[in-house]
Amino acid sequence: MTKDLLGLEETSEKEIRFFLDSTETFKEVLSRPIKKVPTLRGKTIVTLFYEPSTRTRMSFELAGKRMGADVSNIAVSGSSIEKGESLKDTIRTIEAMGTDLIIIRHGKAGAPHLAAKTTNACVINAGDGAHEHPTQGLLDLFTIQEKKGKIAGLHVLIVGDIAHSRVARSDIWGLTKMGAKVTVCGPPTLIPVEIAKMGVSVSYDLNSVLSSADVIYVLRLQLERQKKGLFPSIQEYIQYYAITKERLAQAKTDALIMHPGPMNIGLEITEEVAASIHSAIQEQVFNGVAIRMAVLNYLLGGKEHEVDS
Amino acid sequence: MKWILKNARLFDPSRNLDIISDLLIENEKIAGIGKNLSIEGASVHDMTGKLAVPGMMDMHVHLREPGREDKETIETGCKAAAKGGFIAVACMPNTNPPLDDLSTLHYVLNKSRNAPVKVYPIACVSKGEKGEEISEMGKLAEEGAVGFSDDGKPVKTAELMRRAMEYSKMFDKVIIDHNEEETLAQGVMHEGYYSTLLGLKGIPSESETIAVARNIALAELTGGRYHAAHLSSAKSVDLIRKAKEKGVKVTAEVTIHHLLLTHESLITYDTNYKINPPLRTETDREALLKGLEDGTIDCIVSDHAPHTREEKEMEFDLAPFGISGVEILVPLLLSELITKEKLSLKRGVEALSLKPYQILGLKQPSIKENEPANLTILDLNASRIIKVSEFQSKGKNSPYDGKVVTGTPVMTVLNGERKT
Repeated sequence: MTKDLLGLEETSEKEIRFFLDSTETFKEVLSRPIKKVPTLRGKTIVTLFYEPSTRTRMSFELAGKRMGADVSNIAVSGSSIEKGESLKDTIRTIEAMGTDLIIIRHGKAGAPHLAAKTTNACVINAGDGAHEHPTQGLLDLFTIQEKKGKIAGLHVLIVGDIAHSRVARSDIWGLTKMGAKVTVCGPPTLIPVEIAKMGVSVSYDLNSVLSSADVIYVLRLQLERQKKGLFPSIQEYIQYYAITKERLAQAKTDALIMHPGPMNIGLEITEEVAASIHSAIQEQVFNGVAIRMAVLNYLLGGKEHEVDS
Repeated sequence: MKWILKNARLFDPSRNLDIISDLLIENEKIAGIGKNLSIEGASVHDMTGKLAVPGMMDMHVHLREPGREDKETIETGCKAAAKGGFIAVACMPNTNPPLDDLSTLHYVLNKSRNAPVKVYPIACVSKGEKGEEISEMGKLAEEGAVGFSDDGKPVKTAELMRRAMEYSKMFDKVIIDHNEEETLAQGVMHEGYYSTLLGLKGIPSESETIAVARNIALAELTGGRYHAAHLSSAKSVDLIRKAKEKGVKVTAEVTIHHLLLTHESLITYDTNYKINPPLRTETDREALLKGLEDGTIDCIVSDHAPHTREEKEMEFDLAPFGISGVEILVPLLLSELITKEKLSLKRGVEALSLKPYQILGLKQPSIKENEPANLTILDLNASRIIKVSEFQSKGKNSPYDGKVVTGTPVMTVLNGERKT
């Protein structure tokens, strides 16, 4: 692995396994009354978010602070880059202030790669366009393993807007590397071309694939896609692809429901399903902090496995 | 002034000429061809092992002037072309202002008067490249425009293309189209496995083939001449092949990049590979090469598109399309296709030394006594490293930086005068 975490495509199964294992240790830290270790004391972390985010940014910030690092947050409005403020200059400025690690979220795929080439600091991709969101992928893997006891051999169904989803891509790379069988399901207009080459099955018919799924991963539907003519109406999308109580009844009795958030309740998922005993959505959020501690520790902590207590 | 190219391999496919001989240049002309020429007062240049071909032309370059002199000027672009082995270029009209009237045409012609290559301007099909009214093609053609194109963009509507093809018949000028169905071309790379993997918006091959099919149909309807710019897909090659079989007046070009690279190159988000039309699949690349060899595709171009460093060092979606390529087209062609026997020398030379002149209705250079001395001299064995820092072009945007090539142009002769 390089100095950066840019995607799960280039992360090996062994590295993924290492992240999942060390997350256990950090979860234990988070269960203590004083949720803090000094592993990253003296390190400087900057979150650079070109898109709004609540959980990912806060999760990284907490992960850094709980390991003793100094964390600064920079929010940039999406429009200012198009007015000529270059990403390279921003990254160089942040590096010049003695930053050890930059966490970047950007609406354009590949922006973290440009950032990583520009700086000697470590770079973590916190979501780039429709490309990848590797720490979300890792926390999803961890949550599945924790709830199901394994990943290999499970059938994971990813439902919704696959084409524009960075979460889907990171999950696909991570899950297939760990031995799960993955099916992506959505209207053909939201399934990207040749995605089967990534090692997944493709279905347009949710009802036909529900019953064999161990995990139903529901993606957020962005409403602007409807305006672009990728599906005719919200109602029709709900009719074919929403995860409702009735659909959940067709699934395995121990099927797990996941969602990367934020949810459009009543659209891709109903309140009843999100709050049901099948739902691991809150665990995903909780595990997000621990997995990010594991990643920060790996990139900044001299790749040390042990956590100081 | 008299000078002799000694012991060169003279290669001119238009005359089936392939001999090792001396060549005397005097008063802008080829004054003699023969073994052991010895003329008093003539300087002698030993060309043993070198290949002399009719002077090459790149019929698709962007010189950026007027308007974007920070990217390129007519002076720097022409120097780059000469260094790249060309004696002539045809420049595209998408400047600022666009070359759609006589004043801009004269500006380009005046600025290039003393350039080391002959500059043949292509003028806009439509006024302002707006896709509404046709430009004053007659006036422009009379004053030196060699063809018409709205390059950078497609000729917007079928109606406009029809009228342009009809009207241009008065002057027997070609209409060059940047073949693109714009509603399908809102992406930044080829739509395929790699666009899915990279999360980048794709441009399907069909955005090109639909436009090529439209243009062929209109060329058939009107009897006008249509030249398909920078083909990128196998399906387009098939359409052109069938149209030629039917006798439709259609010609086509391909860039050196589409002959050498595929969409897999974009895997690191390197914006130097971002071009339009995009690099497509290996199947497409092979079909383009085959089409070039069998004559379906007439010529090779660079689509020289210089950009500033700042513009290219951007997020992939925001960086402009294009490669600065006029200086490296010939070295890449010799090194990667001809020496490796993926393309015959005959077709390679025809594609650069003969076809561009034919398509644009210009007199093609010929290695023959009493013809103007217009030559490109190539060394097929010289190896060198491509270094963008040594480019004459202002545009350093090239994915070939650091590549070792074998085969390079060593001299150009324009109307008897050595230019490089």
